[in-house]
Amino acid sequence: MADASLLSDTLLYLGAAVVCVPLAKRLGLGSVLGYLIAGVAIGPWGFAFVGDPESTLHFAEFGVVLMLFLIGLEIDLNRLQAMRAAVFRGGSLQMLGCGVLLAAAFFLFGLPWIGAIVAALAVAMSSTAIAMQTLTERNQLGTATGRSAFGILLFQDIVAIPLIAIVPLLGTGERQAGSSLWIATATALAAIAGVIALGRFVMRPLIRVIATVDVREIFTAFALLLVIGVALLMTLAGLSMGLGAFLVGALFASSEYRHALEGDIEPFKGLLLGLFFIAIGMSIDVGLIGAQPLRLLAIVVAILALKGIALALMAKRLGVPQRERWLFAALLAQGGEFAFVVLGAARAADLLPGTWAPLLNAAVALSMAATPLLVIAADRWATRHAAQREDDVIEDAHAPVIIAGFGRYGQIVGRMLNLDGVAATVLDHDPDNIELIRKFGYKVFYGDATRLDLLEAAGAAQARLLVIAVDQVEDSLKLVDLAHTHFPNLQLVVRARNVRHWLELAARGVDTAERETFESALRSGREALEKLGMPRYEARELADTFRRNNIATLTAMRPHFKDQEKLVALARSGLNELEENLRRDREARATRAAQEWD
Amino acid sequence: MITLIHAHPHPDRSIGGRALLDAVRGIPRVSVRDLYELYPDLSIDAEAERAALEATRLVIWQHPLYWYGVPALLKLWFDDVLTEGWAFNGRQALAGKDCLWVTTTGGGRDAFAPTGRHGHPFEAFVAPIAQIAHFCGMNFLDPIVVYGSHRMGKEALQRQADSYRTFLTDYSTSHG
Repeated sequence: MADASLLSDTLLYLGAAVVCVPLAKRLGLGSVLGYLIAGVAIGPWGFAFVGDPESTLHFAEFGVVLMLFLIGLEIDLNRLQAMRAAVFRGGSLQMLGCGVLLAAAFFLFGLPWIGAIVAALAVAMSSTAIAMQTLTERNQLGTATGRSAFGILLFQDIVAIPLIAIVPLLGTGERQAGSSLWIATATALAAIAGVIALGRFVMRPLIRVIATVDVREIFTAFALLLVIGVALLMTLAGLSMGLGAFLVGALFASSEYRHALEGDIEPFKGLLLGLFFIAIGMSIDVGLIGAQPLRLLAIVVAILALKGIALALMAKRLGVPQRERWLFAALLAQGGEFAFVVLGAARAADLLPGTWAPLLNAAVALSMAATPLLVIAADRWATRHAAQREDDVIEDAHAPVIIAGFGRYGQIVGRMLNLDGVAATVLDHDPDNIELIRKFGYKVFYGDATRLDLLEAAGAAQARLLVIAVDQVEDSLKLVDLAHTHFPNLQLVVRARNVRHWLELAARGVDTAERETFESALRSGREALEKLGMPRYEARELADTFRRNNIATLTAMRPHFKDQEKLVALARSGLNELEENLRRDREARATRAAQEWD
Repeated sequence: MITLIHAHPHPDRSIGGRALLDAVRGIPRVSVRDLYELYPDLSIDAEAERAALEATRLVIWQHPLYWYGVPALLKLWFDDVLTEGWAFNGRQALAGKDCLWVTTTGGGRDAFAPTGRHGHPFEAFVAPIAQIAHFCGMNFLDPIVVYGSHRMGKEALQRQADSYRTFLTDYSTSHG
């Protein structure tokens, strides 16, 4: 039964991932290598659980298709605009440098020159999936290195489109000789135009209708339908499915549904990437490694060494710090998922003679597999380098204030500090926020603020003050504990989400916690009284009374806040006391009014 | 244009002050700035205050006498609004304007004497206020003082309020 085999395949992929990924992470190799190993293990050359190479190929291709859709979604015009320099300067430098070196190498290895150039450009592109996954895992997306790498990856994503479109036209095969070449070009262009038109005039209005139906899974289903439909359309026109998916993604990147699409696909994204890496692992032709080990090894080394050296040399020009330049090289030295698409097209166009296509494919996959190891090596180099020449390492000028969480709350604090010329380092995990914040001159670290290494990188050891304005209560408390344990001299200013949070903070000795709604609610209370005719200064006095009483009640609760019953009792007595106070106030006012002289 | 700077933290409990204020509200070209209403958080918008004073002919400071001086917010108003460079040593933006002090006291007239509860004639307490006006180059008019307004009875208070009203109406027409 077909259904059973689908289920058992799924079982296999998930099982292999669940076994291999945690193992690889435990060994410090990162999740990417874990997925790749899982792929090799279940693939035709491992336990051969998945024996049918044809279905494996399709499977891998669908992983790439979905991956490209997500990449497309990431590239909206605004983001492109904001990082223009990093994208176009860094990207063109990288493609040119790596491309020329690799083309020369492939030509020397015996490829005809057109094939050498196409193969070089294919391999010059890096793996967005691997590099981004690694950067995210290391919380380095926001650093200079991360930004430069992302810019280059983005540029590659863009140049891949014309490259994938042109390669079939370079073919010398009889199929595309003469007029049929023009027909192919015309079909390709028409298909691309068709997809764009379809997206703009049919899909975007349609998605609006789907969204108003407000059934979430139908929205997700629509997104997948869109991708698969366009992918198949592209296949009919003789173009790559991935290109189609990428185009649809990019088309929706600037639409108001981008975040909804991303949010819906987000839960799948990690797994799809994993699946993609498994597919890469499965596609590594272990037989070829056995048959032509030296040739394959030479190609892998050539790719990694030439790209790596070129990248390390250009790192300084792109603003990558000295000690991270080999990390930068390691991140981008591997061949990427576009290589498979371009190489596939090149083979179809007869540009790669003999076993070149499978050899290059295997070399790209191996270069991907080598990336986690290269990153580890680059890290080692960086630490040793830093240790050896300690005097050369310029200590970053750390800001005196760190703000964890730069949403609505943290922003107000930060802007007030800014008004007084106080520099703040910001920790936040919303990538959309980050570009904006950076524009205003803040030093931003992307990532989970409750990680000790990130706090250290942000200069917690040197800072005088940590403002904790994160949304999650658990994160906030974790951060307070971290600060108390590791940075006892750091002063804290904390946003409390509610009374319970405030009490938890008070129990930890934090006396500068502010309940986020308290002061604004007091304001509203004052305004309500004013609308009813109370003079404004008196309304303020009443709010002051309320505040004092409320804080006194909370302070009395502090020692008992784990004891729910006592808490309720105290709250009630606090309320009584407040009422009593207000009643006395009212009476005093009444008697005073009688003897007022002014 | 007449600008009346009124400072009373609890206007709804006031007797004398309110009678005086009610009497002059609505006179053409009298603009009342109620400091405790405008700035209940004691953060004065000095720019807005100065702008209000620019086109004024007569500046009135009206308030109950607290501890022989002005209520806290009016003192803060002096500190924040009448600053160097604008009010003195520089622009002298108030120079040539008239200044009228209107105040209500708890003690009766006889308490303000060397032998009374307050130990000094009332003039002793006028001097600091008058000097603020002089320092800014203003003409300090004869102050209007309502002694013991809460004990004087409705009619007497009303007479005082009416004469205040007459004074401002005349001023308004003669300086139109």
